[in-house]
Amino acid sequence: MFPAGRYSSKAHRCIRALKTVQTEYAAPQLYTSLHRRTCSSVSTPRITTHYTIHPREKDSRWEGVEMERFADEADVVIVGGGPAGLSAAIRLKQLANEHEKELRVCLVEKASQIGAHTLSGACLEPSALDELFPDWKERGAPLNTPVTEDVFSILTEKHRIPVPILPGLPMVNHGNYIVRLGNFVRWLGEQAEELGVEIYPGYAAAEVLFHEDGSVKGIATNDVGIAKDGSPKDVFERGMELHAKVTVFGEGCHGHLAKQLYKHFNLRENCEPQTYAIGLKEVWTIDEKKWRPGRVEHSVGWPLNRHTYGGSFLYHLNEGEPLVALGFVVGLDYTNPYLSPFREFQRWKHHPSVAPTLEGGNRIAYGARALNEGGVQSIPKLTFPGGLLIGCSPGFMNVPKIKGTHTAMKSGMLAAETIFPKVTAEDLESETIGIHVPEYSDVLKSSWVWKELHAVRNIRPSFHNYFGLYGGMVYTGIFYWIFRGKEPWTLKHCGLDAHQLKPAKECTPIEYPKPDGKISFDLLSSVALSGTNHEGDQPPHLTLRDDSVPVNRNLAVFDGPEQRFCPAGVYEYVPVETGDGMRLQINAQNCVHCKTCDIKDPSQNINWVVPEGGGGPAYNGM
Amino acid sequence: MSGRVLVGVKRVIDYAVKIRVKPDNSSVVTDGVKHSMNPFCEIAVEEAVKLKEKKLIKEVVAVSCGPQQAQETIRTALAMGADRGIHVQVAGKDYESMGPLQVSKIMAALAKKEDAQLVILGKQAIDDDCNQTGQMTAALLDWPQGTFASEVALEGDKIKVVREIDGGLETIRINTPAVITADLRLNTPRYATLPNIMKAKKKKIANMKPEDLGVDLTSRLEVLRVDEPPQREAGVKVETVEDLVGKLKDAGRV
Repeated sequence: MFPAGRYSSKAHRCIRALKTVQTEYAAPQLYTSLHRRTCSSVSTPRITTHYTIHPREKDSRWEGVEMERFADEADVVIVGGGPAGLSAAIRLKQLANEHEKELRVCLVEKASQIGAHTLSGACLEPSALDELFPDWKERGAPLNTPVTEDVFSILTEKHRIPVPILPGLPMVNHGNYIVRLGNFVRWLGEQAEELGVEIYPGYAAAEVLFHEDGSVKGIATNDVGIAKDGSPKDVFERGMELHAKVTVFGEGCHGHLAKQLYKHFNLRENCEPQTYAIGLKEVWTIDEKKWRPGRVEHSVGWPLNRHTYGGSFLYHLNEGEPLVALGFVVGLDYTNPYLSPFREFQRWKHHPSVAPTLEGGNRIAYGARALNEGGVQSIPKLTFPGGLLIGCSPGFMNVPKIKGTHTAMKSGMLAAETIFPKVTAEDLESETIGIHVPEYSDVLKSSWVWKELHAVRNIRPSFHNYFGLYGGMVYTGIFYWIFRGKEPWTLKHCGLDAHQLKPAKECTPIEYPKPDGKISFDLLSSVALSGTNHEGDQPPHLTLRDDSVPVNRNLAVFDGPEQRFCPAGVYEYVPVETGDGMRLQINAQNCVHCKTCDIKDPSQNINWVVPEGGGGPAYNGM
Repeated sequence: MSGRVLVGVKRVIDYAVKIRVKPDNSSVVTDGVKHSMNPFCEIAVEEAVKLKEKKLIKEVVAVSCGPQQAQETIRTALAMGADRGIHVQVAGKDYESMGPLQVSKIMAALAKKEDAQLVILGKQAIDDDCNQTGQMTAALLDWPQGTFASEVALEGDKIKVVREIDGGLETIRINTPAVITADLRLNTPRYATLPNIMKAKKKKIANMKPEDLGVDLTSRLEVLRVDEPPQREAGVKVETVEDLVGKLKDAGRV
């Protein structure tokens, strides 16, 4: 063990992670012959049938099928109906009305209704909302629960150590509201429709379109009617093309189109890779006697060890019936492939400081979503000819505050304010057909969003030291609370989350308690509560670049971590029907669109693409 | 013959959503819950649109009874190919107590008003599973009915309907005008694609109230209580036949 100097131990971990990746690629044959359990006596069965991996141009079943697409023109097309996308749409229409200009704004959203794929804690800071709608109260925005009590604790297996929340610390919540973000997003959608935004829920943006000069032309929605084996059905229909002068991408954390745009326009060459966490959430109705509306509880510590970033939240809502929103966040840079974020969440609920609140209560909702933790260091280049990125997609979350909605909304509003003059200009001189709006990036960097993110930039990376969580808390105390984030250095993250996993043989399996069916539950009944569903007869949207990698590498080296980190039970390793060995079974219908697999797959072999629009979870006020 | 077909579409809670009973046991929670068109109504719309594409009928009119959100369901039907829509506005307490009797009265009145040749409905709705509206509508109009249709063929002024019944398939020939209710295997509904949704915004949806049709919405039923189904108990495995008989005797079943 090396003596702990903060930088040397961090560098040591990074080098070790790199070495692990190298040795794996050097000798895959070793594992196939030595580990009989993981080698198949039959060749790898075909798993992926999606056309992004098996192009239709080369597929004989698609010969003669009409592939022409209907196209329509708008001034601005927004991908994603979350807080950022809707704020951008609303602001554009507000400006259009103010200046009496015509503006066609179209918004596409993959969920069947606005808010159905929205999941967050959430404690909303109303700063951006005050700017967007100063009269939000009169308009009936569902901010019904002002925060009245704020509690922060460090948990041990049996006890709770309260931590005083001194004013000035990032987790002070005075003036904020506990909201059901899905309901808030639904309200934003209604405001947007009233202003004349064309909102199309149930249609996913599946493809980015380009002009000949390389600028973004718009998007195409998903095709429908493709069978599970990749062939066209009778009801096959092409998606539609929506062309725009500027396309705004607000897909949320780890968007699939954004992933393509990063590669295409090389937007990430001067920033660190994004780091993520997974957030799992449940909503419970509880016994009225235990209900304390306006109470905000956060904890760190148990059941995670000090080197695994994460913690819990429990918020008491005030919306009529005694409701609590609770959940657990686990940083996706965890190293033990045996860790299951879902089971850590279920285990945490049994803690003596949490279980009494839930006793006698009823669980009514469940869901999960990845969230960004990279902060300022991981923000890519935000604009490119024909488009720009807003919201959690590039990632403006304030990690210690665990709030990203206000910054996402503000980024959407700033995007609208910089796009508007350009798309309504009478004689705009643009180098490319798709308009480039670099002003958005400049305006964002001089706004309160950047100031806020800059002040907290070192808190998350400060966690990577020998003392783990406690080192991070000490760092926060000194450099944020006292010095307000003004230290001249910027700490780095540790590289891709996917590369942080250690091989299974170097780690100990974790013994999780069985769910008791009253406070903790099993995975499948939880997934049923998310209301998720997809058309069964379509190619799985969790595509693998190489169908043989899961068994040959993920299972062989890391014991198949995807069967543990997926909060919806999509990935299962099952024995093959004939002969020895295992195969990966993908239950695509369970997917809740959290994006964790695309982020954490140690082989980066899983590529999440969008399924037929309308599919996915049916969250109601999550 | 007018060549006009009336199709009834109902907005129901999506089939994949977990249903929750309200704390006061009065009904189920619908606020904010994902809704969609009843799957059998989708099949009905598809059949009507198919008949129009074969040029056997001239116009498809989609009808829905309910609150403001019913318009979304009508728009989906319009996007699938219906020509125009009729929204019969029923909200609040009236909507909560509305059942097959009230809807069939409305459909019958509309069928007469619109001089419809055919009324196609889904065989049942997935929220109440009543399977009554089609039959009641036919009775009120004194029209023949072809229910549980898995095949529909127009032959001049008669219709041949293949019905799915318990024993197998029954083929009947009925006169027009008639009421048909769609079963699962009648067809595979097409998707409502985005260009069609955009075009559907230009199609007309007429608004009217049940009073305009002379329909009285009073319900003959009163819902006393709604409860979740009882939790399934775990099964018990026994080793021998004697154990099985013993356990059945203990439970008082033998």
